Amino acid sequence: MPIPLLDLQQCSVRFGGLTAVSAFDLQISTDDLIGLIGPNGAGKTTVFNVVTGVYRPTAGAITFESASISGLKPSSIARRGIARTFQNIRLFPTLSVFDNVRAGFNLHLRHGLAHALWRMGTFYREENNVAQQVRELLEIFDLSKFADALCSSLSYGDQRRLEIVRALATRPKLLLLDEPAAGMNPREKEKLMELIQLVKQKFKIAVLLVEHDMKVVMGICERIAVLDYGIKIAEGTPAEVQANPKVIEAYLGEETKKV
Amino acid sequence: MKYRHIKKWILLAGIVLSAVASHFSGTINSYYLQIVIFIGINITLAVSLNLINGYTGQFSLGHAGFMAIGAYVSAYLSTEHSSAFFKAFGTNFFSIALLFIGVLIAGGLVASVAGLIVGVPSLRLKGDYLAIVTLGFGEIIRVLIQNTDAVGGPRGYSGIASYTTLFWTYSVAAITIYVVVSLIDSTYGRGFLTVRDDEVAAEAVGINTTRYKVTAFVLGAFFAGVAGGLYAHSTTYINPSGFDFQRSIEIVIMVILGGMGSTAGVTFAAILLTLLLEYLRFVSGYEWLPEIVRRIAQNRVIIYSLVLIALMLLRPQGLFGRLPRRGIPVGGMAASRRTKLPAASA
Ligand SMILES: Nc1ncnc2c1ncn2[C@@H]1O[C@H](COP(=O)(O)OP(=O)(O)OP(=O)(O)O)[C@@H](O)[C@H]1O
Ligand SMILES: [Mg+2]
Repeated sequence: MPIPLLDLQQCSVRFGGLTAVSAFDLQISTDDLIGLIGPNGAGKTTVFNVVTGVYRPTAGAITFESASISGLKPSSIARRGIARTFQNIRLFPTLSVFDNVRAGFNLHLRHGLAHALWRMGTFYREENNVAQQVRELLEIFDLSKFADALCSSLSYGDQRRLEIVRALATRPKLLLLDEPAAGMNPREKEKLMELIQLVKQKFKIAVLLVEHDMKVVMGICERIAVLDYGIKIAEGTPAEVQANPKVIEAYLGEETKKV
Repeated sequence: MKYRHIKKWILLAGIVLSAVASHFSGTINSYYLQIVIFIGINITLAVSLNLINGYTGQFSLGHAGFMAIGAYVSAYLSTEHSSAFFKAFGTNFFSIALLFIGVLIAGGLVASVAGLIVGVPSLRLKGDYLAIVTLGFGEIIRVLIQNTDAVGGPRGYSGIASYTTLFWTYSVAAITIYVVVSLIDSTYGRGFLTVRDDEVAAEAVGINTTRYKVTAFVLGAFFAGVAGGLYAHSTTYINPSGFDFQRSIEIVIMVILGGMGSTAGVTFAAILLTLLLEYLRFVSGYEWLPEIVRRIAQNRVIIYSLVLIALMLLRPQGLFGRLPRRGIPVGGMAASRRTKLPAASA
């Protein structure tokens, strides 16, 4: 078996007495599109946070391209090639759409403070180069017309899309999407599914998708892992997962509790 | 690309203009000249603090501390060590200029080291906590100076050479504006704004937020230090209480008044507030005004409060600022959502 891109081994995250993620195993390879599902509070976002360095795992190991990344700062992990979006959209509210995407190129800059002050040829070449790439990305995702608008003036769906574009600007090898379909209408969800597949093919990256909308998850994921109370209760193809009695119980249990 | 070098041309124009103005400054009444110089120094202070508080979104109340370091270091060097320097280079226009540039930069560098020392540990703090730590830092600096006999302790330090002219003051102001504006107008410099807007998101796209915050502190402290040097060589007498926390607050108010994160606004506010405070000194001398009004005009703390209250009521975003429209209210979406597992054909 080839070495996975991302390898979570027996990862646990505890918040005081609460074990949000417990001995979680997950392997993602370079061209995977994997779904991570589970009821509210199951620990999906916590998995994202521990992979991206927001939290440090309480136990277990995380390796990315065969190197351990647990304990690194989030910015270092992003530099290694893991990008993400947030469940509660986190754009830069005072920046334009263009600048939001440009921020994603920051980590590729070869010139820093001195060049920004000196402003000679190399500085302008690099700036033009970045601007060009930002425009291309905005064009691909049909956001060009908003380039100069404040990102907070975009519709909910467009903001979600912009957040994906900003993540892509970092040229990740692995993209983590936290409920990208949240708050979208059915038509937007259709387009989102196309977009995720386009991203995966065009940019040749692995995608880990957390999503409550089963139509989206089942529609595009090749493999799905199911979390319940921080424990992985199933993993397999969409059909296998749907037929798994533990999964049905986890979701139905929720339903009966609610009644 | 026609406008590629426009920023540099404007900087050059600023410096040339200060030189010309300086040349004719002999014709200005010395009282007005002093005020115009204070305005320039305050522009430097406010624009550099704006990098920390406005663009990077940190809340520093320590700017007077950095200024004090620059003032004392440069004054000490130019007073105690200039004779050897002049013996070596002779006393002429150029050697004086060289010495002055040297001590100003030295003051700025020591201040920026202090910025690094305060910056690194306190950047784990946010908002109010950071404000309190930087405030404490400013007070520590003041107390340290008060207890340093070599620079006069509480009596103050006098006999400083009067080197500061319109030229130096406004050249420094122009350079400070150039530095901040050029930085912000670059992909690298936009990083400061992302730190202000959302640190978690900035880190997630690979921006080292700690590094940006420290850079802002070090640069901001440097220019505050240089401004302190200009101040010392303008008044020729400095004392520790001139750099107390009221002075820090004054600079913070210029930044807030101008609209956090607008260099033009902050420059304008520095001019306005310096003039206002100067004018109020007259007001407190007007015999025909009621006692209470004159008392208020004398009390800067009350004036600052009034300015801030008026600002919050009339224009909370500052004179030149834009109100950031926050995105769609986040959170609370997850709770209302529950999806059933659909039938197997999905
Ligand atoms: N920083 C934290 N401190 C304490 N508890 C936390 C923290 N973050 C998450 N939790 C808890 O961990 C558990 C898992 O939360 P998480 O956000 O990962 O769930 P989720 O699967 O993403 O849920 P949702 O579908 O609602 O987004 C929850 O019980 C949550 O309250
Ligand atoms: Mg979540």
